[in-house]
Amino acid sequence: MKALLRQPEIVATALVVLLILVVLPLTLDPFRLNLVSKYMAFAFVAIGVVLTWGYGGILSLGQGIFFGMGGYMMAMFLKLEASAPELPDFMVWSSVEKLPLWWEPFHSLTLTILLILVLPAALAYVFSYAIFKKRVGGVYFAIVTLSLALTATVLIVGQQGDTGGANGITDFRTLLGMDIIGDDAKGVLYFVQAFAVCVVMVVALAMLRTRFGKILIAIRDREDRVRFSGYNTATIKAFVFTVAALFSAIGGAFYSLQVGIIAPSTVGVVASIEMVIYAAVGGRLSVPGAVVGALLIGFLKSYLSETFPEGWLFFLGALFILVVVAMPSGLAGLFERLALSRRAPRATG
Amino acid sequence: MSAVFEVGGMANPDSGAHGASDAAAAGEPILRVENLTVSFDGFRAVDGLSLVIDHNELRVIIGPNGAGKTTLLDMICGKTRPSSGRVVFNGRDLTRMPEHEIVRAGVGRKFQTPSVYEDLTVLENFEISIPNGQGVWGSLFFRRDRGVMQRIADIAEQVFLLDLLGQKAGRLSHGQKQWLEIGMLLIQSPQLMLLDEPVAGMSPREREQTADLLNRISRGKSVIVIEHDMDFVKRIARKVTVLHQGRVLSEGTVAQVQDDRRVIDVYLGH
Repeated sequence: MKALLRQPEIVATALVVLLILVVLPLTLDPFRLNLVSKYMAFAFVAIGVVLTWGYGGILSLGQGIFFGMGGYMMAMFLKLEASAPELPDFMVWSSVEKLPLWWEPFHSLTLTILLILVLPAALAYVFSYAIFKKRVGGVYFAIVTLSLALTATVLIVGQQGDTGGANGITDFRTLLGMDIIGDDAKGVLYFVQAFAVCVVMVVALAMLRTRFGKILIAIRDREDRVRFSGYNTATIKAFVFTVAALFSAIGGAFYSLQVGIIAPSTVGVVASIEMVIYAAVGGRLSVPGAVVGALLIGFLKSYLSETFPEGWLFFLGALFILVVVAMPSGLAGLFERLALSRRAPRATG
Repeated sequence: MSAVFEVGGMANPDSGAHGASDAAAAGEPILRVENLTVSFDGFRAVDGLSLVIDHNELRVIIGPNGAGKTTLLDMICGKTRPSSGRVVFNGRDLTRMPEHEIVRAGVGRKFQTPSVYEDLTVLENFEISIPNGQGVWGSLFFRRDRGVMQRIADIAEQVFLLDLLGQKAGRLSHGQKQWLEIGMLLIQSPQLMLLDEPVAGMSPREREQTADLLNRISRGKSVIVIEHDMDFVKRIARKVTVLHQGRVLSEGTVAQVQDDRRVIDVYLGH
């Protein structure tokens, strides 16, 4: 136990768990707490970015696709429930007369959850394996994912009758008949989501501690050499990309539940790049750092846009530049240095 | 673990089931390079080269810069694909196999500049080189049990790194990185090791230790070494192949090769 406490990463994780499960719920009013759950949805994505980019060296600028898949699937279920027995309102406005076939599975919550857990992951595996098999990596992979994110938004916006178009899908009230708009319901949802974040953090940390985690680092630093250690690096990379996609989809599903709307702007290029920035600010080698990064930037976005409605984006931009230039390991790097420097005198004394 | 010793001598009552051991019993060499050619932009780096390596043989390849030595190793281990010709290892054609399968078939490669995983510790470098459980699930559920630790300790001792297991590989000296990479090959227990300039950047004392190490290793497996340092070559070589302009110029014992007029002209004589 003492040995564990001596590792900054473990200490940081424990502090983040404490923060989201105890401190924030005790100190924030229901409105602010609901905002936190919105930011926290992106923490799932950021943890995935730490695994793929920080450890595996795979930079994806299209994580919004998987976040969006999770979000849209959850929204489709909620929307069908909200508008039953009629068609969803946006379909009526676009004079769609019959529910599209691919909406049918989303009448069932079980099926919806299953699809959220399987579909984005399966797509991520097939897509990334095909690319990694061809030895496309680095910047080229980032560009491919970026254009995919762009394609996804264009597709969603273009199919207004089926997807709600640029407005997205919104106006949900209940989940299996239970209210999801009231403060109590949102409070309960907050804890479910916070608990899920903790589970995902632990899973990610556990993965990194196995031999798989070491291989990821080896691939990041010398992929060609890893092949001569006997590994098919394409499968290893595709797998970690798949795990990140799964995390993103879970985050997306919580986003729809908590925020009550999912729209193409949450899925597209800008959103996808922001997801990488969360991880960069938190520290791209730190799992708890990713959570802090997502929460902090989410909070700053709200706070700055309330306080400086004109120029808030400049503050945010300045912050990103500062972090990238001055703290390459992000906030986690800062934390680690503090933790280590406080221990040093004790060790000598 | 490295029980690939004397494949021909394993008098197996029900032999005949395995093509590879059959081939060995019939006096088939471990590696046959047949008429291998590769060109880069019209330049033939290796040009119709043929070579045979026997079981438990240590072969040294020498030759001037650009003779095609490294390219030859690259083609054996799958890093470069030949334009024509074949590489037959234990009766299997390697020329179309992906790199990781060639490794799993029993060919290990050490690169010219030591290629170790600098962000990992020496122990972790060894750990991920262990040849079982190399799929996704195998890696996730790989357990560092006593057998694994024992095996790593054995190899680490052979390559003089036992005291440095906890050290980040990036902080090792150049010579120690060379040893680490040799150790990473050893732990794969390959039947054929390809070593590209294993003593580059080593002190005289380290070179001596490495010569002893290679002599020990080659008792149980075949080894191909590329080296420039003739003193080192004399220490380890029984048979030397001289390459020049992508072809075999001469082949024989160190003494024979050193007396060969053509070799003196293009390589040794300056």
